[in-house]
Amino acid sequence: MLELIDTYWLYFLVGQYPNGPLGGLALTLALASLGLLLAMPLGLILGVARLSPWRALRWPVTALVFVVRGTPLLMVIFWAYFFLPTLTGAKTSQFGTMLIALVIFDGVYLAEIVRAGIVGLGRGQVEAARSLGLSHVQALRHVLLPQALRHMLPSLVNQFVSTIKETSLGYIIGLSEVSFIATQINTQVFTKPTQVYLCLGLTYFLLCFGLSRFAYWVEARVAARGRRRPLAGAPA
Amino acid sequence: MIRFEHVNKWYGAYQALVDVNETIAKGEVVVLCGPSGSGKSTLIRTLNRLEPIEGGRIEIDGKDIHAPGTDVNALRSRIGFVFQQFNLFPHMTALQNCTLAPVRLGRLSPAQADEQGRALLERVGLAHKADAYPAELSGGQQQRVAIARALAQKPPLMLFDEPTSALDPEMVGEVLTVIRGLASDGMTMICVTHEMGFAREVADRVLFMDAGKVLERATPADFFLRPQHPRAQQFLADIRSPFGNG
Repeated sequence: MLELIDTYWLYFLVGQYPNGPLGGLALTLALASLGLLLAMPLGLILGVARLSPWRALRWPVTALVFVVRGTPLLMVIFWAYFFLPTLTGAKTSQFGTMLIALVIFDGVYLAEIVRAGIVGLGRGQVEAARSLGLSHVQALRHVLLPQALRHMLPSLVNQFVSTIKETSLGYIIGLSEVSFIATQINTQVFTKPTQVYLCLGLTYFLLCFGLSRFAYWVEARVAARGRRRPLAGAPA
Repeated sequence: MIRFEHVNKWYGAYQALVDVNETIAKGEVVVLCGPSGSGKSTLIRTLNRLEPIEGGRIEIDGKDIHAPGTDVNALRSRIGFVFQQFNLFPHMTALQNCTLAPVRLGRLSPAQADEQGRALLERVGLAHKADAYPAELSGGQQQRVAIARALAQKPPLMLFDEPTSALDPEMVGEVLTVIRGLASDGMTMICVTHEMGFAREVADRVLFMDAGKVLERATPADFFLRPQHPRAQQFLADIRSPFGNG
């Protein structure tokens, strides 16, 4: 086991880099963070669009949400891989393909979290904001979203953890992220699949566990501030 | 100032407002009462277009407010609305609740809004709670902040939707005192309430509604002493002795 780690740790961490493209755990991390960074604003926009009073905005987004939610991520990756190049005429890199698929897929799930967060506030807050003469957008920006985002924190973290795990599907289109690299190592060593995949599993676990612990910590801090700024519906 | 002409409204098959015709003059204080589900709240919510109407017209200062192309936000910013459940913004202090709209609508600079907000909180007796968050306030205090928030737009018209119904009994008085103060300043107001003592003392006129219709309009003295419509007589009997006469 130690010999295995000693031989392959660098390959596991960065793939063939610097003699080839970046891969391994570094690529997984890059993909997950970029995916989250781009999916979050997309989710916010889609979620808000789902609640828009303008049908021209609401209907197409609602359709997109239903289609993507009713589709496995693997299908979305295949679409991005095979269909997108025929549409744009340009060949997208494996990393780019996977990133697009992740951003669309997670953006849609985040949109539903955002929507639920806003709807969960109840009619009273919207009505109070609108009855003061604030526009729909002003009500969202100053009254609804600041409250909804705090309620949404636990669900958002769940989605972030999922994203990290979803990057492993990049394997299927030959993206040299950490699962792909682990499989390569397994092929080369051949005799130690248990150890190889144990290491891979541990790696994912530590990443996801670390992120959720971090999220708990953030949540506790928000809650501590919340003792001075309690949430809606808290008993007076 | 306000004019309802043949106003009809449905929720699906249920008719919530039935051919309402009414005129309310500037400076008038009108109390709307009637059993629950009679359309009182619906009626005042049509005035700031929280509810659409399906027939008739509603005019404020001669303008049809449900006409297509009406600037809803401008309309609403001229009408103060106070909710039964207060609906303060929980992530903002009492003062911030009062300054949000004037600043965002570009009416006042942040400094002016701050000054005005503090003056309004003073007026409702809560100057010392300016920096408190809603959850740190009692129900009565929250409702007084909500009134200050509505007043921050200097509205010519105030609407109150059962402002004391969600309050513990000992807090009803403090809120009614504030509303009474506004009435004596000559503000036009419509108040949905079951506080009959308050109605008798403050209202210029009482409207009694049942099943979406305005069945009786009278001065408070006439309404409480000599109700004409049988439904109004029954309603008054019910609220006076809720357990019946046996």
